[in-house]
Amino acid sequence: MARIIVVTSGKGGVGKTTSSAAIGLGLALKGHKVVLIDFDIGLRNLDLIMGCERRVVYDFVNVINGEATLNQALIKDKRVSSLSILPASQTRDKDALNKENVGKVLEELGKSYDFIVCDSPAGIEAGAMMALYYADEAIVTTNPEVSSVRDSDRILGMLASRSRRAELGLEPIKEHLLLTRYSPKRVAEGEMLSVEDVKDILSIPLLGVIPESQAVLKASNAGEPVILDTMSDAGKAYQDVIERLLGETVEFRFLQVEKKGILSRLFGG
Amino acid sequence: MALLDYFLRKKEKQVTTASKAKERLQIIVAHERHSRNKQPDYLPELTEDILNVLRKYIKVSDESFSINLDKKDGNLNVLELNIELHDEHSTN
Ligand SMILES: Nc1ncnc2c1ncn2[C@@H]1O[C@H](COP(=O)(O)OP(=O)(O)O)[C@@H](O)[C@H]1O
Ligand SMILES: [Mg+2]
Repeated sequence: MARIIVVTSGKGGVGKTTSSAAIGLGLALKGHKVVLIDFDIGLRNLDLIMGCERRVVYDFVNVINGEATLNQALIKDKRVSSLSILPASQTRDKDALNKENVGKVLEELGKSYDFIVCDSPAGIEAGAMMALYYADEAIVTTNPEVSSVRDSDRILGMLASRSRRAELGLEPIKEHLLLTRYSPKRVAEGEMLSVEDVKDILSIPLLGVIPESQAVLKASNAGEPVILDTMSDAGKAYQDVIERLLGETVEFRFLQVEKKGILSRLFGG
Repeated sequence: MALLDYFLRKKEKQVTTASKAKERLQIIVAHERHSRNKQPDYLPELTEDILNVLRKYIKVSDESFSINLDKKDGNLNVLELNIELHDEHSTN
């Protein structure tokens, strides 16, 4: 049975698509069969971050409407053959998706993939609900900032009440906290909520901390998910996330300000 | 001077903007979680019935009565009744 993982947040612009791309590719690099689904109907950005935007012919809504088969719509990643992408449509009606037709697509995909990673749209309305409804696990992507943390808590409420697992009284969705755009320096200066602060407030297990990193913009410019930039801090932090998702215990990195020499600490700079 | 700044800054730690943010978040999140935990459908009717029984014996105004169903950790639910009794207990 495929593990259905939704990357969700409530708030927009926190790093869901960046994280979906990195995690999808990372799992595939480990030899798993992965399909990445863009649930952000109307906006469609995952294809761009994955670097396959020019290969989009059919999309999720085409499949839902029976205008294309899944195989026609799925784009095989050029770097890792075990990874496919199901793009969102750019202009179509957001209401095309419903529980029934999405359920059918996921069931079909579940037959041939180990992981189904769902990139959620922002918000706490229908679109976000569709993306999380069938999830087994949720990666709650959060920035260390008040409105993002509050929205993440609202999403936790939805996971616990509006998901399929909640409605059927099954074992609850497994929740993971992914803290992104973290700046240890600003935390040290008391300007940014710390990992511990956010953990205290949301009280769900920590899956990873991704530092604020210039590598992310470079990666999106190139259409190469940042996990491929193996020398970068963000790339390494996403690697650790993959290990943890696969059950390994990995120490958290990039939580502290990089140490300066004792002299510069005493005399400024 | 950097050395001096370093110690001064340590002292100010308690009132950082981050600690303010945490405090505000804890309050709002607790509040929103509470209102999310919707009360069960039978609660209004149960309230009505309990009030009717009580009023057979004592005077209870709507204001002096409250009922609350709280979800505690785990599977424990607590039904909490609060009745304020005034001097004249009996209705008849
Ligand atoms: N760790 C990070 N460091 C720096 N910038 C980031 C990081 N994560 C995301 N971003 C940037 O934040 C913006 C929003 O990211 P995106 O993944 O599209 O968010 P979402 O899908 O939640 O709307 C993008 O410009 C992206 O490059
Ligand atoms: Mg996005």
